[in-house]
Amino acid sequence: MPVLKVNGSPHEIDLPDDTPLLWALRDTLGLLGTRYGCGAALCGCCTVHADGKALRSCVATLADVAGAEILTIEGLGTAATPHPVQAAWLEIDVAQCGYCQSGQMMQAAALLREIPKPSDADIDAAMSGNLCRCGTYSRVRAAIHRAAEFI
Amino acid sequence: MNTPAPTRRQFLFGISAVAGGLLVGLPESRAQTGHGEVTAWVVITPDDTVTIRVARSDMGQGIFTALPMLVAEELECDWAKVRAEYADTNENLTRDKPWGDMVTSTSISVRASQEYLRQAGAQAREMLIAEAAARWNVTPVSCRARGGIVSHAASGRALRFGALAAAAARRPIPENVPLKAPSDWRLIGTSAARIEAAPKVFAEPIFATDVDLPGMLHAAVKNCPTIGGSVVAFDHAAVAGLPGVRHVVQVGKDAVAVVADSWRQANAAVEALPVTWDESIGTGVSNATLRTLFREGLADPAAAIGHRIDDVGASLGGAAQIIDVEYEAPFLAHATMEPQVCTAKVTAERIDLWAPTQNGEGTTNTIARVMQRDAAQIFVHKLQLGGGFGRRGLAQDWARQSVQIAAQVPGVPVRMLWSREEDFTHDYYRPMVLARQTAGFDAQGRLLGWKVRISGSSIAASLAPFWLKEGVDNALMDGFVEEDMPYAVASFEVGVARRDSHIPVGFWRGVNLSQNGWFREAFLDEIAAMRKIDPYLLRRELLSENPRALATLDAAAKLAGWGKPPAGRHQGIAIVEGDNAWCAQIAEISVTDGRLKVHRISCAVDPNFVVHPDITVQQIEGGIVQGLAAALYGEVTVEDGRVQQTNFHNYRYLRMEEMPVIDVALVPSLGRYGDRWGGVGETGLPPLAPALTNAIHPATGKRLRSLPISNHDLRV
Repeated sequence: MPVLKVNGSPHEIDLPDDTPLLWALRDTLGLLGTRYGCGAALCGCCTVHADGKALRSCVATLADVAGAEILTIEGLGTAATPHPVQAAWLEIDVAQCGYCQSGQMMQAAALLREIPKPSDADIDAAMSGNLCRCGTYSRVRAAIHRAAEFI
Repeated sequence: MNTPAPTRRQFLFGISAVAGGLLVGLPESRAQTGHGEVTAWVVITPDDTVTIRVARSDMGQGIFTALPMLVAEELECDWAKVRAEYADTNENLTRDKPWGDMVTSTSISVRASQEYLRQAGAQAREMLIAEAAARWNVTPVSCRARGGIVSHAASGRALRFGALAAAAARRPIPENVPLKAPSDWRLIGTSAARIEAAPKVFAEPIFATDVDLPGMLHAAVKNCPTIGGSVVAFDHAAVAGLPGVRHVVQVGKDAVAVVADSWRQANAAVEALPVTWDESIGTGVSNATLRTLFREGLADPAAAIGHRIDDVGASLGGAAQIIDVEYEAPFLAHATMEPQVCTAKVTAERIDLWAPTQNGEGTTNTIARVMQRDAAQIFVHKLQLGGGFGRRGLAQDWARQSVQIAAQVPGVPVRMLWSREEDFTHDYYRPMVLARQTAGFDAQGRLLGWKVRISGSSIAASLAPFWLKEGVDNALMDGFVEEDMPYAVASFEVGVARRDSHIPVGFWRGVNLSQNGWFREAFLDEIAAMRKIDPYLLRRELLSENPRALATLDAAAKLAGWGKPPAGRHQGIAIVEGDNAWCAQIAEISVTDGRLKVHRISCAVDPNFVVHPDITVQQIEGGIVQGLAAALYGEVTVEDGRVQQTNFHNYRYLRMEEMPVIDVALVPSLGRYGDRWGGVGETGLPPLAPALTNAIHPATGKRLRSLPISNHDLRV
């Protein structure tokens, strides 16, 4: 049975290998923090990391991520030990409805991993595929700059 | 203002929707032991935790913090120990509405509940004080509450709320406790720590999408591609053998669903399911035919007149110069980031829903009616909403469908989730509306008269026909009627002729002001151009008798540096009052080779009182972004009866790289012009489109009279 490594733990997954990773995470592993928004890599709600890089889990299949280390929002940080992005998100009060924010934070964490002190242009380039209908973009930007100070 | 009176006392097993994580799937967990509930609004446990009930729904507008703050201000508890949870929708029925109205629309939560919430806090405080005073054998007026402690200064004695609550709860609830003057507030007006922030940052399962019950099955839905059409037949056998498929069911007259072990399986099967539809209701209907229909409405001599000053026909008849133009605002989708979703479980005894509803009682009543049950048998468990914007209030199609599906799998919880494609193509859209505006001027360019005719689909006709008055939907004239047409003009008239189609329309952030604010403010700039006067100064002149509007307008002009944009940039201004909150905005833009860049939005807002400044600013920012996305790109189109937009690739939304700088100045007038509180959920949106198109005119010479802007060629 294929093994999927998520947040440091291996899981045996009995699903067809064309199953999008999103549904394996949500429906099989019960990791509900990664959310469905569009099913077509158009909104970024479902963003997770595969080997440290941001990935749209609604279109990436189990075959696509075979052997990769998957990190979801549940593995990013906790209230006791928040990731710098999460600490900044709380300080800046980014979230409104919050539904897209798992994806926003995962995308931001991937950006900071690659570019520890991103410019506004770097943020535009990295974050423009993550939609937020509530309009939290100004605060997402401010929180990424703040998180960069924590790292 | 009515203060809902608690009739019975119950204890909640700390199912706080926050802090402790949301425990879904425990509908029976509210044990009724009469312990801890001081009043219906306030539960205090021996560890001093204060749980404050929230009757309205949180869809990102921060009321899980703002409404408890109103209670806590008077309660004098320790904010760090406050939690929030939803008041129970079913108990609100069976306990005779102790929590009052649960509707969450029209920016109503703070403005309509603030008085009884402050009273609720004051009542609980007085009960705690009375209990302490009785124990000490002193008078209540010699005691005071502060920081979750009742103290008696003369004797130096003190007791924690947690030690008093159980006994205090048995005391009578005092009536009409005097409330603090605004100048004495210590919590209201501060950006207190957000109660609901951490569960969102740590991705706790707080949304309806996250409901996960033992034995739960998943449903995916296929609605008739033409809204309002119907199912003729479907081939159940074609998908019955697909992996995970349990049931293939019809849902009402116009949809089918597959129930499966996982949503992915259900959705794959429903997409493969052969269905024959009757779509005749929409045959031949398109934006072009609707435009023709609405134009005919604009010319309807039987238009209902909503507001009239003097004789506009005579004023225009004597004019030396006339502007006579048509504006068109498109259908818009809500596109909440969380698509329509709901979980239901139906048994002979009760129906449970785990629902992202803006209106818990609306959901209850809808399900009671559709399922022919007593409302007391309906248990609506509210969750945090992954966006609302009006989609999840009066429009309860998603709740109805989830129950109609679950009723065919009795006793089994079924979580229904619409695909994004279903969500885009089966919305209750912001109405497409046309306005014809005519202004007449004398030879010197002085304004003689202003006539407005509006035609489009009525939200009331679509969702609440009982709101129509002799067939007229007055909301189609919002912003132009006596109560809210702010400009002092000598001759004016607004009339409406509604024209409905099979495309359902609904409440969208700002509702009718989202179109009419643009019509009015964009046309006012056309009037300013004819009069050869600065648009800001024209507004000042026509608002000269309205000091509150003037103060807001002036604050925005000062913030933006009106009249002095940086080289190469242009400004546009607009002001709209929404829900008793004045909002003025100035857009600063440039247009280069036809490419529009929005550099800055400066905004001043006066909601009279501000509970939480940071949340208020967030709401205004959100209204600006949503308004900007709509003005630039937002358009739902209809072809042969079907909605054409299916996902975010053909319904574009604003992206990070397009964000302007947003400056918001809060200028609350603190009761100087009246006691009514304003709401801030929507007022940030309507001024955006006119501020933007009013800036595009000086940049390009073009008057944009239809939206979205992306349909126009801005090259000079």
